Amino acid sequence: MSAAADNREALAVTGLEVAMAGVGLPVVSDASFTLKPGEILGLVGESGSGKTTLGLGLLAHHRRGLVISQGRVMIDGRDLLTIPAHDLPAIRKSLIRYVPQDSGTALNPALRIRTQLAENFDDPGKVDDDTLIALLEEVKLPGKRGLLRAYPHQLSGGQQQRVAIAMAFAGHPRVVVMDEPTTGLDVTTQAHVLQTVRQLCREHDIAAVYVSHDLAVVASLAQRVAVMYAGRIVEIGPTDQVLRRPLHPYTTALIKAVPDIDKRSRIEGIPGQAPEPGRRPPGCSYAPRCPLVIPACRAEMPALRDQIEGHAVRCIRPGESIGGAEATLLAPTAAASQPAPVLRLASLVAHYGATEILHGISFDVPERGCVALVGESGSGKTTLARTIGGLHAEVHGGMFFRGAPLPAGSRHRNAELRRRIQYVFQNPYASLNPRRSIGQSIAIALQTFESPGRTELRRRISEALEQVALPASAASRRPHELSGGQLQRAAIARALVVKPELLICDEVTSALDVSVQAVIIALLSDLQRDHGLSMLFITHNLALVRSIAQSAVVMQSGRIIEAGEIDQVLDHPQAAETKLLLADVPRFESAVA
Amino acid sequence: MTRVLGRILSLGSGAVGLALVLIVVAIALIGPFVAPHSPTAFVSFSFAHPTGKYPLGTDMMGHDTLSRVLKGGWRILIMSTGATILGVGTGALFGIWAGYAKGVTDEAIMRAADVLMAFPQIILALLFISLLGPRLWLLTVLVGAIHAPQVARVFRAATLRVAGEDFVRHAESLGVAAWKIILREILPNVTSPLMVEFGLRLAYSVTLIAGLSFLGFGVQPPTPDWGTMINENRIGLMASPWPVLIPILLIALLTIGMNLLTDALARAMLGGARRVDLASPPIEDMPGAAEREIAVAGVLR
Repeated sequence: MSAAADNREALAVTGLEVAMAGVGLPVVSDASFTLKPGEILGLVGESGSGKTTLGLGLLAHHRRGLVISQGRVMIDGRDLLTIPAHDLPAIRKSLIRYVPQDSGTALNPALRIRTQLAENFDDPGKVDDDTLIALLEEVKLPGKRGLLRAYPHQLSGGQQQRVAIAMAFAGHPRVVVMDEPTTGLDVTTQAHVLQTVRQLCREHDIAAVYVSHDLAVVASLAQRVAVMYAGRIVEIGPTDQVLRRPLHPYTTALIKAVPDIDKRSRIEGIPGQAPEPGRRPPGCSYAPRCPLVIPACRAEMPALRDQIEGHAVRCIRPGESIGGAEATLLAPTAAASQPAPVLRLASLVAHYGATEILHGISFDVPERGCVALVGESGSGKTTLARTIGGLHAEVHGGMFFRGAPLPAGSRHRNAELRRRIQYVFQNPYASLNPRRSIGQSIAIALQTFESPGRTELRRRISEALEQVALPASAASRRPHELSGGQLQRAAIARALVVKPELLICDEVTSALDVSVQAVIIALLSDLQRDHGLSMLFITHNLALVRSIAQSAVVMQSGRIIEAGEIDQVLDHPQAAETKLLLADVPRFESAVA
Repeated sequence: MTRVLGRILSLGSGAVGLALVLIVVAIALIGPFVAPHSPTAFVSFSFAHPTGKYPLGTDMMGHDTLSRVLKGGWRILIMSTGATILGVGTGALFGIWAGYAKGVTDEAIMRAADVLMAFPQIILALLFISLLGPRLWLLTVLVGAIHAPQVARVFRAATLRVAGEDFVRHAESLGVAAWKIILREILPNVTSPLMVEFGLRLAYSVTLIAGLSFLGFGVQPPTPDWGTMINENRIGLMASPWPVLIPILLIALLTIGMNLLTDALARAMLGGARRVDLASPPIEDMPGAAEREIAVAGVLR
């Protein structure tokens, strides 16, 4: 490699491998790519694909228990991996910086913002306030001295993330690695942060690697995308090409799993799950789930080969179309007749102590219908869900279930009401007792309302598991033995086993990967249609609601700002706030800047 | 359980701790059956040096030291175990109750615990013993009472964490009774602090009870006891150190061993939770689950 080539590339990675220490099982293998100055590469993958491990590997860093076993990371003609450990921090300061996922934990809560910003300069004691204010202005934080004196907890999540970004860009390094920096933020803040990142990279010619699970975010930010699966880059190329004309079957499937906010599109899940390190098959890692698999796929791992100029793929059948089921997972459209609602809320008010959280909420959930309750964090949607589910009792105003008043708080409800309204929680890892098997958890739910005999119990458990497409053998497994998607299905089975009439789904897919999310959404649509279940589907993800619900209620600051049929709300929003929310959602199809 | 034991043994300190505890416990429990002489028989003059017949010499009264050591351990072991079960049991119960119930109940229990902890505990124990006399059951109950408030704090904290989890919310939404939630949802999830707390408290109980015996408030002479032996023989330390040193050594080994073992236990339970278990296969979806999902999708079109 000539020196000239080095100058054109901000970053050149060759054959990087990160493995588990001791056992030597690779977590990330054979990662190679280059970045030009000012270029943003989106590194996309689902959980466990190794994207964060690769991101850290670029900084010659690894998490405990891992080692960087092979490869080169060239920046400015220097191989980061050959630099002795005690020299690395100084080298990283000028060459490659990192923005972590959770800025709340990345900033030291005991130090003022000024101190933490100044640390990124060569001589922290000599940095004057004006330099720091200019730095903050670059990340669109208004230049007030007060901000410099603030502690991290006095800042909002979006402001903290901006400070973390300012720290990374402070010394104008060659490369910045960002690990899902907008994951915890609401869409409006996210849109602003992305805009800032784009501008900083362009103005200072800084290359960036943006690690994310969100294809839409990457589509709106990056010039190039690398898709990771089971520790390998399976496809890399210009964003436009990769997302519009994907060549790898995994990329194709992943894109199909992403819900689209602008049209009633089909979303499809990917059956099965990604293999963990140590269980990866000898051939192509995706072969066990691939609809295009041929015997040659299982023989050996295909190399990452250029198909079109700059668009490489790790597949021996690139770009072949996937035939077969043109499945559409659209939710049933609204029922023609409008029977009496299952649930009616009339001027519902909820408090936490003296603070009023919900101010006069009124809407209906129709029989066999699904209402999507949409809002950003802090809008009160979870409080509302908990109130209906009987988990929050500081309430007054009207709740009616099938015409009869619904008491607040599960302790005031009779067993029949508690059975008829079931709640599915956001995080399946926390909603199932880790010390009990799945079967026991389901059995306890059932035995709360009925006393079935042993055979009847077993039959009902396997019936419930079958409804969510889990094998009966899952009943004997503990939660840690199941994947996130399987756990959420088990949690749904636990709700179904008591034959509820209203299912409250509180952000049930937000802890899951998109491919798994699509499977859960399909399952819920199925249940709604076949079992006549009514549903209240709470989500912050506007794009998702078209795929599941017939009507939508948009909440902000404890009030309903918009309600109506799905298409009405999403295509012709009336409230200004709804319009803003919709405008800020990262669009998959949006043009690359 | 066997996996946890395996991990404890794989940590060097854990294996050493377990070995020390087992050795001392074996001496205390098997000792009484193999002691060569009666512990109260006057076999020789005071503070005789070790001989073939009396390997550790004799104590101030001319009893055989070896026999007294062998027969003097089981009481302290049983009392410490009893006190620990009592203290950790009541402490855990009240701590979990306080942590789950929150509000007024929480305040009442924890402030009561604060009051108990405000007294210098050894002095309080001494007060009761001097009022009621040196009874062994009383000693056990008092040591248990010393543990309980501190244990309650640990369990309240552990419970607050677990009680915020969604599976507890779920049980509440089903209307499950509070005592059932405590027993079925919370208790199984605080077993790690339970075991660690038990180990640490047991080591503490041993030193407390030995200490009280040393002060003369525990086992009364001429009954053999490690704590009492240290006190009654210390005047002859220069003449023959064995009647003092051996009980000290055994108590020290037991507490050190117990602490090492508990430390290893804590680390084993912490490390075990997240380790990828390559031995057990991942659960596959239902046979044909993929096809079924596609079929489901087809129906919905």
